[in-house]
Amino acid sequence: MEKPYGLLAELTYACPLQCAYCSNPLELDAYRDELSTEDWQRVFAEAAELGVLQLHLSGGEPLQRHDIVELVQCATDLGLYTNLITSGLGLSTRRAEQLLAAGLDHIQLSIQADEAALNDQIAGTTSFERKQVAAQLVKQLGWPLTLNVVLHRQNIDRIGGILDMAVAMNADRVELANTQYAGWAGHNRDELLPTRDQLERAEAVVRAARERLGDTMEIIYVIPDYYSKYPKPCMDGWASRQFTVVPNGEALPCPAAHELGRALDLPPANVREHSLEWIWESAPLFQQYRGDAWMPDPCRSCDRKEIDFGGCRCQAFALTGDAARTDPVCHLSPDHGIVEDAVAAANDPLRPQESSLTPRSKLIRTKKRTTASTRAMSATTLVQFSETILKGRQ
Amino acid sequence: MRLTKAMELTDEDARPRLAPHVRLTYSAARKEYALLSPETIWVINATGAAIVELCDAQRTIAEISAELRDRYDQVAESDVRSFVANLVTKHGMEVNHGKALRTAR
Repeated sequence: MEKPYGLLAELTYACPLQCAYCSNPLELDAYRDELSTEDWQRVFAEAAELGVLQLHLSGGEPLQRHDIVELVQCATDLGLYTNLITSGLGLSTRRAEQLLAAGLDHIQLSIQADEAALNDQIAGTTSFERKQVAAQLVKQLGWPLTLNVVLHRQNIDRIGGILDMAVAMNADRVELANTQYAGWAGHNRDELLPTRDQLERAEAVVRAARERLGDTMEIIYVIPDYYSKYPKPCMDGWASRQFTVVPNGEALPCPAAHELGRALDLPPANVREHSLEWIWESAPLFQQYRGDAWMPDPCRSCDRKEIDFGGCRCQAFALTGDAARTDPVCHLSPDHGIVEDAVAAANDPLRPQESSLTPRSKLIRTKKRTTASTRAMSATTLVQFSETILKGRQ
Repeated sequence: MRLTKAMELTDEDARPRLAPHVRLTYSAARKEYALLSPETIWVINATGAAIVELCDAQRTIAEISAELRDRYDQVAESDVRSFVANLVTKHGMEVNHGKALRTAR
């Protein structure tokens, strides 16, 4: 069994934003009982011992945790590469300097659009200016800047402006990834899925920008998997190289697997009750889809099964009710009609223009907060998990 | 002095270094070297790590190869060059073209 390389720590689901494309689960209230500082420190230590090299600190908004500096320091002391995935809200100069001193390696800053009105509308809160300030701060302190923009029907036409903004911010890298339809984004899928024309225009803009900018800025562009022929290699295979721990301590093989274990009646793998080593090696939820013994056809006999691992178990579960089916995104899947219908609806010229996005609900942290609880702290930023891509040995 | 990530390693004055978001580590748990970046991990062997340690934007590929020859029996400059070029292509390294420049980083 391979040891995991990456851990996504979703520290809290509290977030000042309310993006409708959030991948956090709909049942946010179920995750209020957050792990303590000591719990997370133990989890990080066990992760390092297990072979984890890369730690993504996310949420919700990880800066909502008042112990974020302590947690980064702990990870640094363990030799982990630390990547903070943030909306930028809560990144004061003082906090940023503390994080730098604690050894934070990298910041991924989310932004919703290239102009305030649309950004603030998508985020559900006034945040555009603060994000601009946060981007400047990241560069001033000498961090490389990665800008994360989750693309969808309502902002993908702004992609040219978004790229210009990234250049103006001196971003080193920009990730333009179309939404993955998990959690709130799954609920809002039909309003988020872009049209084929939108995608073609966006791709042309990206191609031109890559040519124009050369290597001065790295552009990562990801189309919605609904438009691809084959599914994404989700997590590089179930419980293969990375895993997630969510705010209440449950460990998940995929960041969208909140419901899956319960639906299968598998016991939760919680770090409060088990060591990470046990969870990784023995927890039923982690064993469930490891390897390829679980695969049905067409995956079982497919020569791509080592490339895409049958796609995303959570997407198969969300769309068909059975997590062991081929990801319906695959054109070979017997359930592919579900995806085709959604794509057809997105491209229907007669569909109503008004959108009815459901903003992610507010989650107010009540636990272990004394000063901040009077302010309304609402919900989310993107928790788009960065795929860990392992290149072969050099 | 322009830093470029382009694969112009035919340039004799090309002086590579890790990209700012990339860090070399040795994992005791895994007993292997790795280059860490936000989305990618490159697992490399001890020789690769020795090359990376010498990539400081000051040394040319020829100078790196010469230093490695003091420590290892067989070091082909073309191997060092292709190792570096591969990482440059994948945005893991950058190349400083021109004379060595003392920069605090």
